[in-house]
Parts: sequence; C-alpha cells; structure tokens
Amino acid sequence: MTDHDHDHSRTLQPDHAEPTSEGARVGLALRELLIEAGHYTPEEEQAVIAAMQDASPADGGRIVARAWTDPEYKARLLANGATAIRELGYELEPYEFTVMENDDVTHNVIVCTLCSCYPRSLLGMSPAWYKSASYRARIVREPRSVLAEFGVELTADVNVRVHDSTAELRYMVLPQKPDGTEDWSEERLAELVTRDSLIGTQRVLKLARKPGES
Amino acid sequence: MSEPWGPHDLGGQEGGPIDLAEHDTAYWEWQIDAMVRLALRKGLISDFAELRDGIEQLTPHDYDQCTYYERWAKSLAYTLVSRGVISRQQLEDRIDKVRARQEAEGVA
Repeated sequence: MTDHDHDHSRTLQPDHAEPTSEGARVGLALRELLIEAGHYTPEEEQAVIAAMQDASPADGGRIVARAWTDPEYKARLLANGATAIRELGYELEPYEFTVMENDDVTHNVIVCTLCSCYPRSLLGMSPAWYKSASYRARIVREPRSVLAEFGVELTADVNVRVHDSTAELRYMVLPQKPDGTEDWSEERLAELVTRDSLIGTQRVLKLARKPGES
Repeated sequence: MSEPWGPHDLGGQEGGPIDLAEHDTAYWEWQIDAMVRLALRKGLISDFAELRDGIEQLTPHDYDQCTYYERWAKSLAYTLVSRGVISRQQLEDRIDKVRARQEAEGVA
C-alpha cells in the first residue's frame, strides 16, 4: 500500500511528471487546495480513479447482449435507458440515458458538439477523437463523410441520425445483432460489441475480433 | 446558419480530417477527472451543467489553447471561486507556489 511519509496532496504517480502547462497548473493548485481544506482525501481520489479506469465498453456490450436476447429487456432499455441499465446493476451518474437502436434503414451516431459528454461510467474513457474539434464540428454537418472516414459505408436508403449529448442526457447506440449468431450465448454475444459500435462510428460487428481491437 | 455562441459551440462548423489515433490519459488528467467527480459528489458544485458554464466562460484563445482536462481545471477553478469555496487570491498564490516548486525541481 501507499507509504505515508510524504506530502500526499503533492503526490502524483511515480513516473508521471507534473504537467507544466498553465492550465494544468491551475488543476494542480486547485487539487492541493481542496485536499488541504479536507474536501476530499487522496484515498478518495484513488478510489474514483480506479473505478473510472475499471469502466469499459464491455459493460455496454453486456447491456446490448441482454437486449438482443431478451425482447422485454430491450423494450425497457429503449423506453428508459437509465432505469434499464441500473436494473443490471450498473451505476450511472445522475443523468438521463437514451439508447438508440440501429436497424436496416437507420444508423445512429452520438456526439457532444458543445464539449464532450460521453457515458463514461458505462463505456470508460472516451476516445481522443470524440473530444476533437473536427469530430464535434463535422459529424452534424456531414455525417456520411465523417462515418466513411471511420470505414462506415452507408447506402442511400439508410437514414443517419446524429444525437447531440448534453450534461444531463447521454446516448448509447444499440447496434444490430450480426447474422450467424442465432445460437450464441449472451456472454459470447457481449464480446462482439465494440466501443465504436456503441458510439456509432462502426455499424457492422465482426464475428471474429482481432486481439486488442477496441 | 446561425452564429456560434462561443468557441465551444462547434456543431456544424467546418473542420479538418479527424485524427483517429488513440491516446493514453495521463495521470494528472485522471486526477482532474477525479477532482471534478468528487466536487460533484461532495456538493461543491451542483451538476455537470455548472461546469459547462465554467467552460463557456473561457476566452476563445484559452479555449483553443487548452487541452481537454485543462479546460475542466479552469472551469472548476472558476466555479469554485464564484461560489466562494476558495478565493481567487488563494488560488493565484498556490499557482505561483506550484510554478516556483516546478522551477526549483527543474521541470518547468
């Protein structure tokens, strides 16, 4: 465990240099002040970081697999995402959660144009490109060409719906269940689901995933 | 198309190609992330919307120059100073102290 012979409010992780940009210094200074004033402890900080690092798209995958295999669950999930997700034991920050279903003529994709709202507690850290100015600007302006950059080719008969998240409302996409998985278990199905398919920058799930592919 | 509200209002603007590279989150970024979550949990701020408001107070220059978690840090600082949880002087003094420490350690 941690040894306690040093000034905790100053502790970064070994091998992690202190950032020296002006903005990061604001963060470091604020953190020290809040810890010194007793608003939170370094132990609480550690616990929050560990929990957030623990969240991964696999959680989203399990929710999707349940929806694929249990039509009643799917109906509840589409009607009230937050309630249905909590039903499976996942903790969500206090916001609304809407799950949008892809079908043969509909493709959904999520963004947060104003900042970078993302269902972090369910999908883990968002990818860098999700927070980038280019993605946020362009996905609502030219979604088809942006999706093409991600390798999603959509025929003209597929409608694209772009969902702009807010601080109080998060989205997740329910991808289509791939053909050829009729007799698959829920656990096996869950492993097919990728982060990008939950964001909507991937449409077709592959039956065999390469190791390390997100 | 209507004028953007501010530098954060990017939806529908033009933009270049999207850099699809993944990147690791640095530990100090996790710490800022945790600080925001704990501030929310402890009632120092009321919701994420309040932080968004703090981000919208950034100047266009700051908005463009700051990385994602730097914006969150500045937003939380703005919000906690506005709420009187800390004073501006306290924060500025501590930033000076951090800078001096980093210079002494040869990292700044």
